[in-house]
Amino acid sequence: MVAGEGVGVNWLIDFFGDPANWSGPDGIPVRLLEHLQFSALSLLLAVLIALPLGLWIGHTGKGALFAVLSANAARALPTLGLLVLIVLLMGVGTDIPVLIPLVALAVPPILVNTYEGIRGVDPELRDAAYGMGLRGGQVLGRVLVPVALPLILLGLRIAAIQVVSTATVAAYVGLGGLGRFIIDGLATKDFPRTIGGAVLVALLALAVQLGFTFIQRLVVSPGVSERQAVR
Amino acid sequence: MITFDGVTKRYADGTVAVDHLSLEVPTGEITVFVGPSGCGKTTSLRMINRMIDATEGRILLDGVDVKTIDPPTLRRGIGYVIQQAGLFPHRKIVDNVATVPHLLGWDRKKARDRAMELLERVGLDLKLADRYPFQLSGGQQQRVGVARALAADPPVLLMDEPFSAVDPIVRASLQEELLRLQAELNKTIVFVTHDIDEAVKLGDRVAVLRVGGHLAQLDAPSTLLARPADDFVREFLGRDRGIRRLSFVTDEGVRLRTDLTVPASAEISSVRDTAEPWLAVVDEENRPLGWVSVKDLPESGTLADARPAPYGTFVRGRDSLRAALDATLLSPSRSAIAVDDSGRVEGVATREALDEALDKVAGGAGA
Repeated sequence: MVAGEGVGVNWLIDFFGDPANWSGPDGIPVRLLEHLQFSALSLLLAVLIALPLGLWIGHTGKGALFAVLSANAARALPTLGLLVLIVLLMGVGTDIPVLIPLVALAVPPILVNTYEGIRGVDPELRDAAYGMGLRGGQVLGRVLVPVALPLILLGLRIAAIQVVSTATVAAYVGLGGLGRFIIDGLATKDFPRTIGGAVLVALLALAVQLGFTFIQRLVVSPGVSERQAVR
Repeated sequence: MITFDGVTKRYADGTVAVDHLSLEVPTGEITVFVGPSGCGKTTSLRMINRMIDATEGRILLDGVDVKTIDPPTLRRGIGYVIQQAGLFPHRKIVDNVATVPHLLGWDRKKARDRAMELLERVGLDLKLADRYPFQLSGGQQQRVGVARALAADPPVLLMDEPFSAVDPIVRASLQEELLRLQAELNKTIVFVTHDIDEAVKLGDRVAVLRVGGHLAQLDAPSTLLARPADDFVREFLGRDRGIRRLSFVTDEGVRLRTDLTVPASAEISSVRDTAEPWLAVVDEENRPLGWVSVKDLPESGTLADARPAPYGTFVRGRDSLRAALDATLLSPSRSAIAVDDSGRVEGVATREALDEALDKVAGGAGA
C-alpha cells in the first residue's frame, strides 16, 4: 500500500510538474477550458429546457406524471452508448454529439427537483399569496420560487456535478476536454497522465460543489434556509 | 355591506357546500359564521373574495357583484387572514406586512412606514420587524397576519379561523386585541370559527350554519343565547346558555346601595349597632379594602384593626351582569362592590338587587 501510494503521488508530481503539460493545445489550461465549455453549454441547455418545464408543471400541476416518467426514462439512458450512437448517426466534427447525452443527463435532476420543490410548498402559503391578490405569475415568482429555491438549486448542483464528471466521455469520440488525458494516458500506458486527468476532473467537481454552496448562501433567504436548519 | 343573495356552491361531484344562502353583513360590524365542520362557513367566506366562485346566486360588495371584478384586484381591496397566518417565510416581517401596499405600487418608504405603524397597532415589538416568520411564536405570527391584512386599509376583513391554531391563553389575548382594534377601525369583518364561545364573544351578529350550508339562525349573540331558533342551534350553543347570556346584559339595571360602605378610619364603636351583618371597608381614597363581619369585630379601635375578608368587584357601567354575579361569589357577604373606572367604590350590589336584575332579564327572554 505504502509503495502504491508513493507511486501515485510520484505520478501526480510527474504529471503536474512537467511544464510541457501546462502549455500548448494539449496543455491543462486548454483542456480545462474545453471541458468547462462543454459542461457549461450542456448545463445551460438543460436549464433552458428543464427549469421552465419544472416550474410550469409544479405550478399548474399539469403533466406531472409525464415529467416523472420521462425523467426516469432519461436517467436510464447509458450516456456512453448514447454518445456512440449519435456519433455513428451524425459523424464527428461538431460538439453537438457530446452535448446531447450531457443535456439528457442534466435534465432529469433539474426537472424533478424544480417540480417537487414548487409542488412541495405549503398549500396554506399558496392560498395566502392568492388571497393577498397576487396574480399567478407573481405567486410563482415572488413566493413559490424563493421558498422552493434550496431544492431547485440542489437539482442544478446534482446536474452540474454529473455533467462535469461525465463530460470526460467527449474524449471517446475524439473531442477535447479533461477526458483526453485519461483516454490518451490509458492508450499509451502513460499512467501519470491518466491519474492526473482523473484528479483534475475530481477537483473540478469539488469546485462546482463549493460554487453552489456559495451561490446558495447568496440567493436563498435566511428565512428559508435557517428555518430548515431550526427544524 | 356584503350581501349574499341566494348563493349556492355545488361541486362537480354534486356535493352542495352552501345552499341558497341569503344574508347581509352590515358595514362596520363583526359578523361571525359559525357551525360544525361541513356547514360551508369557510366556503361562504372564500366566495366573498372569489377564492371560490359561487355556482348560483350573487354576492354584492356595497352593491357591486363580486363576479364583475377581476379576482386579484378584488382581493387587494379585502383583507384576508387565515389559520396558520400563511406568512411568506422568505420575507422579513415588515415586508410581509407590506405585501399588498407593494402590489398596489406604493413607494418603498411609504409601504414600510405603514407596515411599522401596523405592527405597533397590533401590539408587536418593532424589534421584530426585521426578523423572519420562523423566529416568531404562533401568536406573534397571527398578529402579523392581521397587520398584513390591514396594511392597505381595506374596508372589509375576512378572517378564516384565524385563532384556532394557538393555545387558549394566546387565543384569548388575540380576541381581546381584535375587539380593541375593531373599536378603533370599524371594519366590516366576516369571521369564521367552529368555536361558539369565540363567535359569541366576538360577533356583533352570529350566523349559525348547519351541515349542507343552510343558515339556521342569524342574530345578535344575546338573542341567540336567549332564543335559539331550533334544537340544532340550542344544542350547538351548548351548556350554560343562561349564565353566558348574562355577559351581554349591562349592569346598569342593578340597584346600588351606598349605605354599606365605611371608611377604615371609623371607630368600631360607631358601627357596632348597625343592623347589617357585613360592611364594606374603604381606604381614604375610597378604594375597597374588604368586607368585615359586624359581629366578629374587635372590642375597640378603628375598622383598620379588623382583618377584612376577600371581596369581588365589577366596573359600574362597563361590566356585565355576569361579572357582577361572579363578584358576589367571591365575597363572604354575597354582595358585589361596584367601582368606577379608577377603582373607587360607587356602591354595593346586594343579592336582592341582583335578583331583581335577573328577574328583569328572565322576563325579557320570555322564558
